[in-house]
Amino acid sequence: MSNRKIAPYIFLIPWVIGMLIFRLYPFANSLRLSFMRYRLMSPNNRFIGLDNYIRMFTTDRTFKLSLEATLKYVLLTVPLVLVFSLFVAFVLNFKLKFINFFRTAYYIPSILGGNVAIVTLWQFLFETRGLINTLITSLGGTPVRWYTDPNLAMLVMSLLRAWQFGSTMVIFLAALQNVPKSLYEAGAIDGASKLRMFFAITIPIITPVILFNFVMRTVNAFQEFNSSYLITQGGPNYATYLLNVYIYETAFRRNLNMGYASALSWVLFVLIMILTAIVFRSSKYWVHYSD
Amino acid sequence: MDIKTRRKINAFVRYVILVLVGVIMLYPLFWLFSATFKENHEIFTSAGLWPENGLSDWSAWGRAWHFNTGYTFWDHFMNSLKFLVPRTIFTILSSIVTGYAVARFNFKGKKIVFMLIIATLLMPNVIFMIPLYLFWNALGLINTPYPLWVDALFATNSFFVFMMIQFYRTIPRELDEASIVDGCNSLQTLFYILVPILKPIVITVGVLTFMWGMNDYLGPLIYITRMNLLPLSVALRTAIDAESSADYSKVYAMSFLAIIPALAIFGFAQRYFIDGVATTGSKG
Repeated sequence: MSNRKIAPYIFLIPWVIGMLIFRLYPFANSLRLSFMRYRLMSPNNRFIGLDNYIRMFTTDRTFKLSLEATLKYVLLTVPLVLVFSLFVAFVLNFKLKFINFFRTAYYIPSILGGNVAIVTLWQFLFETRGLINTLITSLGGTPVRWYTDPNLAMLVMSLLRAWQFGSTMVIFLAALQNVPKSLYEAGAIDGASKLRMFFAITIPIITPVILFNFVMRTVNAFQEFNSSYLITQGGPNYATYLLNVYIYETAFRRNLNMGYASALSWVLFVLIMILTAIVFRSSKYWVHYSD
Repeated sequence: MDIKTRRKINAFVRYVILVLVGVIMLYPLFWLFSATFKENHEIFTSAGLWPENGLSDWSAWGRAWHFNTGYTFWDHFMNSLKFLVPRTIFTILSSIVTGYAVARFNFKGKKIVFMLIIATLLMPNVIFMIPLYLFWNALGLINTPYPLWVDALFATNSFFVFMMIQFYRTIPRELDEASIVDGCNSLQTLFYILVPILKPIVITVGVLTFMWGMNDYLGPLIYITRMNLLPLSVALRTAIDAESSADYSKVYAMSFLAIIPALAIFGFAQRYFIDGVATTGSKG
């Protein structure tokens, strides 16, 4: 059976190569670049120690604004997506005729996902003359200028993500289907209401899946690019200018300042790591594993 | 009120909720489609779905086919396929093989491999963006499709590897053991016994890779700068930005054209697709 001893290592060869070339090497190199003055095709690239980081936290106002915008976006989007997708999963868990039709239909916006066409449609929907304002006017309201108010502009970006809850929702749906029926029967005998059963039985049982979705959504929200770059163009006045957009523009648009952009991406990375660590640490207080 | 009436009311309320949520989900898409038949003034004053002139005027679709740059929708779609097809095939193959090694074998270092997969799952891609650009730039491969697919050969997407591992865990190990008794080697067990069972997850990984690649904007934005090589996502946005002040029905028709490939693939794969995500999600 020596075959079974060597086989796994052979199967892992592509993954190891990928890990080295496309993950570990760029990871180390990006840290190195973050301590450099590094511009593409520039002759005087050199090591400058912590200068990039010092500049970021002392004189760079754009960094401060984009950090604020990013945190705000994450805080708004993650709960919105989680609550909405759990609600939809709950609705799709009904035992009804045609439920598969609804499941498929609900999934369509997610499959189109960040398609530029859809992002663009979303941008048009909230324009001053757009569909949303047309609906508001026809109901007797006054049109809203979505993109001039910082909070509303941010809301438009978050709503797009909430509308594309698909993968989060499907994972919730699978978890809901795995809740043992006997628990609900026991609850019903004790005379618990549907709402009480949802909070006392369903939610505790699916906490591991809530944790998983929570972490995945948070990591993703920190890296949002399209909605900021394409819908609001970071406006008004940098209120929705996300870190990822700032990194892209610093590295590839303005002065090809890749050293400084690498330092920015390291701040984003450390921020994500700290937050996921806090979430995992806290999980022992609220996540229940049945096995 | 007897149980029967209560059940009926219950079911009715549930259908109302289902339909209401369904309207929120799909209304924008139907509206997008109908707007391709509308004049500008109608687009901005009517939230209704049925165009004044019905579906008689398809001219916006013809205008949408030709971008103002001289290239057609088809040209840019083909540019997308040049990296999407290899990316999809190699992502599937490399995550099948990697998942197999981790899920089905015991070997020294397995824990470290699994930890690295989870760690890279949580790492933001943006941290790799600049060094990888410099890497491809040093190889002289900017403005080629290679940066957009070569990494798929090496199972770099930890999310898919993780999904595969989870799916393998739902397949009884006795199947592998039986095939070994019957004289299969590891590779034969994988391709004759396991891969046929993996069908839903293979389709899921394939569909998601294709869609995410199709929807990716930042990647092509960095690596492709020549107009004639632009994939659909970037080309579409550039064309729309140049157009949007004037001809809205054309812009909407361009947008709708761009989502047709995704809709078609979803229509073909959705039966397996939702199963695939659901089975793996449940074990996470």
